[in-house]
Amino acid sequence: MSPEVETLVAILVATLRAGTPLVFAALGELVTEKSGVLNLGIEGMMLIGAVAGFIATVLTGSPFAGVVFAMLAGTLVSLLFGVLTLTLLTNQVATGLALTIFGIGLSAFVGLGYIGTPIQGLQPLAVPLLGDIPVLGLLLFRHDPLVYLSLVLLAAVAWFLARTRAGLVLRAVGESHEAAHAIGYPVIAIRYLAVMFGGAMSGLAGAYLSLVYTPQWTENMTAGRGWIALALVVFATWRPARVLLGAYLFGGITIVGLHIQAAGFEASSHLLAMLPYLATILVLVLISRDANRIRLNAPAALGKPFHPDA
Amino acid sequence: MLLRLEPRAQASRGLRIAAPLIALALTLGSGTVLFGALGQNPILALHTFFIRPIDSLYGLSELAIKAAPLALCAVGLAIGFRGNVWNIGAEGQLTMGAICGGGLALAFYGVEGPWLLPLMVLAGGLGGMAWGAIPALLKTRFNANEILTSLMLTYVAIQLLGYLVHGPWRDPEGYNFPETRLFGEQALLPVLLDGTRLHGGVVLALIAVGLGWLLLSRSFTGFQIKVVGQAPAAAAYAGFSRGRVVWLSFLIGGGLAGIAGLGEVAGPMGQLNPTVSPGYGFAAIICAFLGRLHPFGVLLASLLLALLFLGGESLQMHLNLPLAITGVFQGLLLFFVLACDVFVRYRVRLGPAVASPAP
Amino acid sequence: MALPPKATAAAPPRLELRGITKRYPGVLANEGIDLAVRPGEIHALLGENGAGKSTLVKIIYGVVKADAGEMLWEGGPLGSHTPAQARHLGIGMVFQHFNLFDTLTVAENIALCIEGGGDLKALAGRIAEVSGRYGLPIDPLRHVHGLSVGERQRVEIVRCLLQDPKLLIMDEPTSVLTPLEVEKLFETLRRLAGEGCSILYISHKLDEIRELCQTATVLRGGRVSADCDPREETPKSLAEMMIGRELPVCRHSEPPEGGAERLVLDGLSLASDDPFGTDLMDIRLTVRAGEIVGIAGVAGNGQNALLAALSGERRAPPGQVRIGGRPAGHLGPRARRARGLAFVPEERLGRGAVPGMSLADNALLTGYQKGMVRHGLVRVERTRAYAERVVDAFKVVCAGSGSEARSLSGGNLQKFILGREILLEPSLLVLAYPTWGVDVGAAAQIRQAVIDLRDRGAGVLVVSEELEELFEISDRIAVIGKGRLSPAKRTRDTGVEEVGRWMAGMFAPALDEGPQDAA
Repeated sequence: MSPEVETLVAILVATLRAGTPLVFAALGELVTEKSGVLNLGIEGMMLIGAVAGFIATVLTGSPFAGVVFAMLAGTLVSLLFGVLTLTLLTNQVATGLALTIFGIGLSAFVGLGYIGTPIQGLQPLAVPLLGDIPVLGLLLFRHDPLVYLSLVLLAAVAWFLARTRAGLVLRAVGESHEAAHAIGYPVIAIRYLAVMFGGAMSGLAGAYLSLVYTPQWTENMTAGRGWIALALVVFATWRPARVLLGAYLFGGITIVGLHIQAAGFEASSHLLAMLPYLATILVLVLISRDANRIRLNAPAALGKPFHPDA
Repeated sequence: MLLRLEPRAQASRGLRIAAPLIALALTLGSGTVLFGALGQNPILALHTFFIRPIDSLYGLSELAIKAAPLALCAVGLAIGFRGNVWNIGAEGQLTMGAICGGGLALAFYGVEGPWLLPLMVLAGGLGGMAWGAIPALLKTRFNANEILTSLMLTYVAIQLLGYLVHGPWRDPEGYNFPETRLFGEQALLPVLLDGTRLHGGVVLALIAVGLGWLLLSRSFTGFQIKVVGQAPAAAAYAGFSRGRVVWLSFLIGGGLAGIAGLGEVAGPMGQLNPTVSPGYGFAAIICAFLGRLHPFGVLLASLLLALLFLGGESLQMHLNLPLAITGVFQGLLLFFVLACDVFVRYRVRLGPAVASPAP
Repeated sequence: MALPPKATAAAPPRLELRGITKRYPGVLANEGIDLAVRPGEIHALLGENGAGKSTLVKIIYGVVKADAGEMLWEGGPLGSHTPAQARHLGIGMVFQHFNLFDTLTVAENIALCIEGGGDLKALAGRIAEVSGRYGLPIDPLRHVHGLSVGERQRVEIVRCLLQDPKLLIMDEPTSVLTPLEVEKLFETLRRLAGEGCSILYISHKLDEIRELCQTATVLRGGRVSADCDPREETPKSLAEMMIGRELPVCRHSEPPEGGAERLVLDGLSLASDDPFGTDLMDIRLTVRAGEIVGIAGVAGNGQNALLAALSGERRAPPGQVRIGGRPAGHLGPRARRARGLAFVPEERLGRGAVPGMSLADNALLTGYQKGMVRHGLVRVERTRAYAERVVDAFKVVCAGSGSEARSLSGGNLQKFILGREILLEPSLLVLAYPTWGVDVGAAAQIRQAVIDLRDRGAGVLVVSEELEELFEISDRIAVIGKGRLSPAKRTRDTGVEEVGRWMAGMFAPALDEGPQDAA
């Protein structure tokens, strides 16, 4: 391989890795939002997942146990959000913010003793034979298992929403909870499930960061990725396939920034670190400009509280 | 069903005031359990957290110093939240205020006069406003979600500050520490009380609370903000502009946050460094809700949140507990505040539904 | 489809209710309701707004649980059931506010209600078959948002028919239909009944019930006030059972000739801002001082865009809307109000009034140009005094000017909003569906207040679906259909039949401004 190709492959592989946590988190939020619930607490749930997965890995020595534990922790805190917004009918925006603030605080608190602890993170898995193909093998068949899992989950969610009856019911609940309730669907229960799926996915996204991407725990290590995932759902106009596109786009922006520096260009790391955030704003502006497009694609009941007797 | 909510025809007035107090009590209760679980004597820990930081005049003045930026940010946020405008980028607007006001102090280093400080306050306010104007523009012009844009801009502002203090603005005699030189004497807010660090920013915060109250409770503009927030369709029907409320919220919120940032760098810090704020802009969100989006309530809530910051430091100092405990308390408090709100709007009934199914 | 044979009188009723009672906080919605529907019978449930019809129907369908009483289905007890179980038994329901999902297709909507509706292709075939058999044409693959209101109702009916219903509940089905569509619906219902399906037909329209139903249960104030055969009753006797007294009639005098132009719509054209809405095309109409002009039409024909263009919530080219003789199309609500416009919107809570604010604050909502604001500050005493004036003058039942708007009943809130607008003494009043969901007594009071305002010289424009109401209060009537407006005709020179034809789309749009028709 020539050095240029090598660099390119390295950038693409790194992009895939940078995009994967975004795929998980955005996919979870997409399902949650499809049911009509807006959970702004992804950042908090990711941090809880990251720290829970890390601690579990340290204690058990198994990163797989870490991943499972991260998903459980994410589900658990999302349940807290569910109780508040679905049962106690609190404002979803405010509760999501609370979840983020809580997640930042709690993860920093419980993770305190683990800063700097080394772990053996999840290792890439070479697919036999296919992994040995030059270039293509490196690009496609030498990733860690979670990269493949993200693609499988994406396909599964797309299939679930478009092709299954349960997916149809979920979309119906997010479209009009009154109508779904009148027909006889358990709106609140369905939304609980969707919120919990979102929590598990955020936990998984967090685990990817602390067990694979940078196998260590640092305070606030998500650095706004939870919010970027939220923007991705809008960018994707609530379609799973476009989540993938958006996630890799953002992954790519982060990685290209790093490579610019590595290539020896004079650029402040601080200014380069702004890129993903500025890109998020740009993308939001471009996609939101057409208000009708958002209105047609967004679940009509998104963010609205539902009280069955009212 | 174990728990049922019956909507109240009229929101309960008494509970409206009691709800934040109940939330506070629940937070204290959780704190007791938490400290117990950490193997601490809960009474001692709570004392160290809530009483010890403010058992002296100096402690009280420190409380006021921390409450001032919180109140400044939170009053602005409360105005926006009333109008259903979700500015959660106060931290970024605060940072920009610090950069603009502090930048002025650095630019006029050595040629300063009594005119400098007012100019810095102005620059801080305008810097915050300008940073708030971006999400407002993107919202009104391009319909972009203001929660995400204002938050993204916070990250951008913090990186910009990092760039400046690591690079062009770094103190040439500072042994490569990422911080600017100390501001000149005329660029610092006056100390109000000898022996403390109590500075003029506290006065600015009190003025902001007063004006915020006048705006929200007495003015027609405040009425319009509330209508836009509670019933957008009614606002359109009455001819109140949503766009105007978005702009107003972001300009006021950004301006006040900017002044708060300036107050930090021209007050206790006296220079710019990468962490101008320990998260005042985010904690202000809690203050706004805990204070029921009412400026006087916000003032009380700011004092409480300031105490949480001080208490965290006190625990670290005296009981060797991690500072991060402050964040846990903040999150818990906000959860309880939101959950207690349910009692204001609904009657909560336990047990199975009163409506027994037909036999 | 296997329908039961025509039942004999000896068979148990298909559905029987005994002593059904349901209490909501502060309201007794149903009290000791007895009702029996026989197989193949079209049974009317008659009552005015707020009499408890909707609650009772929801109890039957399993959406709401009764506090007391029992239900029997074909002689056997029916315990607490869910809507899914009700459907399984053969109870189908067509809701007044359709329970359809806009962004889903017809087939997907129907699949949501049918067991084993997973295979959408097979389902589409069954939909086509049933809709063909009963003369209810619909395309299973279309999205609901593209359907007219009448078509949506067909989707709801087909959805029920696919489940081989033994009892079909129809909640106020004709309020969204043109007179022609009503005829077609009645044919379908009679045919279904002929095949043995029972129909519970809910309405407050006396003529329809006398034409369609064999038995009627009349509700008043949550109780059964009478059981009767509506074919043997007169509208007058039915009305007395329904409201306990005679239908009130408004005083109405002839309008003066040639009043000043209060409102002129001069070729108003406007694209709907709702992606599923109807565009306005070349609307022409004049409303003069001292007259009431009514606009009839089935919902979804451009009324929303028209009302928004009148209130100023949507802007138009200046000359296309003239208020008080001056171009006003470009003005917002505030500037139009300064020109003498007052406006009562369709939606009361959330648009006409802020639910969580006091009546005093809600007075300020539109009264702010009448001295309630000074130096940018609110004059609290004045807003309170104004709200109290409205409450007194319009007999609004409430706990005072401090009550939150949401604590008022629908009828009282409408009286407050209408009173607030009328006491502003506007020169032009626009009303949307003024008595929708309001009980008969309050409706009569509202109509009289509007007529009195007209007599004081204001021009009034009323948009409504209730033809009876429009014929009662309007001096001239026009019809809106597919975003176009018919010429306005003097009420006494036209009739329900002609207006009905117009509502079905059979009219030549007004080419010039209306008043010539009146001459």
